Amino acid sequence: MPRDPRPGDGEGKGEGAGASQIDPYPTLAGGAAGLREGRFSATQLAQAALARIAAVDDEIKAFITVMEEDALAAAAAADRSLANGDAGPLTGIPVAIKDLIAIKGVRTTCASRMLEQYVAVEDAFVIRQLRQAGAVLVGKTNLDEFAMGSSTEHSAFFPTANPWDVERVPGGSSGGSAAAVAAGEAIVSLGSDTGGSIRQPGAFCGVVGMKPTYGRVSRYGLVAFASSLDQIGPFARTVQDAATLLQVVAGHDPADSISADLPVPDFAADLDKGLDGLTVAAPREYFGKDGSTEPERMQPDVAQAVESALETLTGLGATIDRDASLPTSADALPVYYVIAPSEASANLARYDGVTYGYSYQEGDSMWEDMEKTRQHGFGDEVKRRIMLGTYALSAGYYDAYYLKAQKVRTLIRREFAQLFQRAQLIVTPTAPTVAFKLGAVTDPYEMYLNDIFTIPVNIAGLPAISIPCGFGRDGLPVGLQLIANSWDEQTLFRAAYAYQQATDWHTKHPQL
Amino acid sequence: MAEETSSPDSGLSLDEVRHMAALARIGMTDADLEKFRTELSSILAHFDVLARIDTTDVEPTANGADLLNVTAPDRARPSLSDSDVFANAPAQEGSLFRVKAVLE
Repeated sequence: MPRDPRPGDGEGKGEGAGASQIDPYPTLAGGAAGLREGRFSATQLAQAALARIAAVDDEIKAFITVMEEDALAAAAAADRSLANGDAGPLTGIPVAIKDLIAIKGVRTTCASRMLEQYVAVEDAFVIRQLRQAGAVLVGKTNLDEFAMGSSTEHSAFFPTANPWDVERVPGGSSGGSAAAVAAGEAIVSLGSDTGGSIRQPGAFCGVVGMKPTYGRVSRYGLVAFASSLDQIGPFARTVQDAATLLQVVAGHDPADSISADLPVPDFAADLDKGLDGLTVAAPREYFGKDGSTEPERMQPDVAQAVESALETLTGLGATIDRDASLPTSADALPVYYVIAPSEASANLARYDGVTYGYSYQEGDSMWEDMEKTRQHGFGDEVKRRIMLGTYALSAGYYDAYYLKAQKVRTLIRREFAQLFQRAQLIVTPTAPTVAFKLGAVTDPYEMYLNDIFTIPVNIAGLPAISIPCGFGRDGLPVGLQLIANSWDEQTLFRAAYAYQQATDWHTKHPQL
Repeated sequence: MAEETSSPDSGLSLDEVRHMAALARIGMTDADLEKFRTELSSILAHFDVLARIDTTDVEPTANGADLLNVTAPDRARPSLSDSDVFANAPAQEGSLFRVKAVLE
C-alpha cells in the first residue's frame, strides 16, 4: 500500500520559543505539566510529534496513516481549552491509535487488504473518550492483519521495525503502537490485547503495555477478532501515564455487552503505597526452575533479568511466593488456539465483499465473488486462523476442540482464583525471548509460542501489565509481567510503579 | 494435484482442507490447499494435549467476564443514515446492497 505522505519536513519542526522546552521523549505527565505551565503549546507538542514521525517513521514504519491535519486542528482546539482553563486530563497530548480502532472519517485498515480503503463512519467508544479528554490523535498504527500475530510481520502492507534494532520485530500484534511510543512518535498509544498483543510488544520495545480486566474498556468500534478475549489497553513510557490513559478510556458502555457496569476507581490512587505487605506469586511453570516444566524457548538472558527484578521486588518489601503453581496454564496455548480462531472464524465471516471492504466482482456467481473476495482480501495467517476455527467448530469436532477448550478455560480460571487467595499479584516474564530478527520465525506454531506467558491471562480475563525490567542479549529490552485479580488494576499499577521508581529502565531510550 | 485423501505426516486430508475452505468461503488453489494441509496438520498436532486434560464434571466458560445474558431494552432508536451505511458499499442499488443473483 502506498503509505500516506509523511508530514512535511519544514512545517513539522515545532518552531517557536517553547519548542526547545519539549523533551524528545516526553511523558504524559511531563507534557501535561509543560502545557499547564505554558512552557510550550499543544500546537508545538503536536508539531514535535509530527516532526519526529517525519524524521524516523520511514525507518520504523509504525504508522499506516498519519493524521497531520486532524492533529494540528485538535492541538489548536487544545490550546484554546488551555487558555480557557477547561483542559481535560489529556488535553494537547499526542496519542497514536492501533489501526483496528475506528476513528470517524479516517481509514481503519486492520492492516488488511480487505479494509485497505475502509473509512470508519463512527468513532469507537475509546476515541470519543479520548476526544472528550482533549487528546490529539496523531495517527493509526500498524499491526498484524486483524491483530493475528506476534511480530507485526503479518501486516498486509509492511512490517514495523523495533526502534532498539531496526533489523528486529517490535512484537505484535500492536507492534506499531508500541514502536511509536518507544521511538518518541507519540507520547502514549492504544492497542488491543487478545493473547498478549499489548504486553509482548511492550516488552520487545521497552515500554509499559497494559491489558485491563476483560470488560473494563468498551470494545465498541474495535474491529472484533476473538470476542471472549479482546480488550483495549494503553502503551506508555511510565506506569503513571498508562494509568492516566486507562482512566480516560475505561467505563461502562451499553454498546459492548460485556462492558462492566462497575464504577471506575482512581487507578492512580494507590501508586505511592509501595510493596509492603504484598505477596507476589512466581508460579514455577513460568520460570523453568525444575527441568520438567522449563518453559519452551525461554532465553537465559530473559530469565536473568526477571530474576533480578524479583530481587528488587523483595527488596521493596514484597514477599515472593516461589511455591506457587498454575499447572493447567502450561496447556493454555492449545486452549487459546482453539478458542481464538473459532471466534475469529465467526467474526470474520462478515467480510463478504457485499457491505464494505474489498470486493471481487468479476466472478460468474455471488458465491464465486465471495470466495475470491476472501481469497484475495485475507493474508495467510488470517486464513490459517479462519480455517482452524472452522475446523474446531465443525460437526464432529466441536466437542473435542471448542467445548473441551471452554472446559479447560474453567480450570485455568479456577487455578488463578485459588492463587489469588494467597497472593495479590502474580509475576512472570512477559515473553520467553527478546525481540527476534525480522523473518527469523517462519513456522506458525513457533510464532504462537511467543505468547505462552501472556495467553493464560486473556483466557482468565485478568488485568496484567508489562513493564521494562532490563536488557538482555544485544541490548534488547526485557519485560516483566505482573498479573492481578479481576478489577484490581489499582494493585497492578501500585506494584508496577514501586518497581519503576526503584529502577531506571523506563528512562532508557533507543538511539535513532 | 493428485486426489490423495491423507498423508503420512498428518491427520488432515486434502479433502478435509477443501471442505473447510468451502465452509469458510475462502477460494484456494491446489497449491494453497496443500500448504494449508501441511501447516494446519502441524498446528493441530499440538492440540492433542487437550484430550489428556481431565474435565469430568467441569462446566465450560464462555468468556472472562462473569456476565450472562446482558439485555437491552427493546426500543426503537435512531440508526445510521443511508449515506453512512452505504459509504463503503462496493455496489448499491437504491437503499440496497447489490449482489449477483443468489438463485438462478
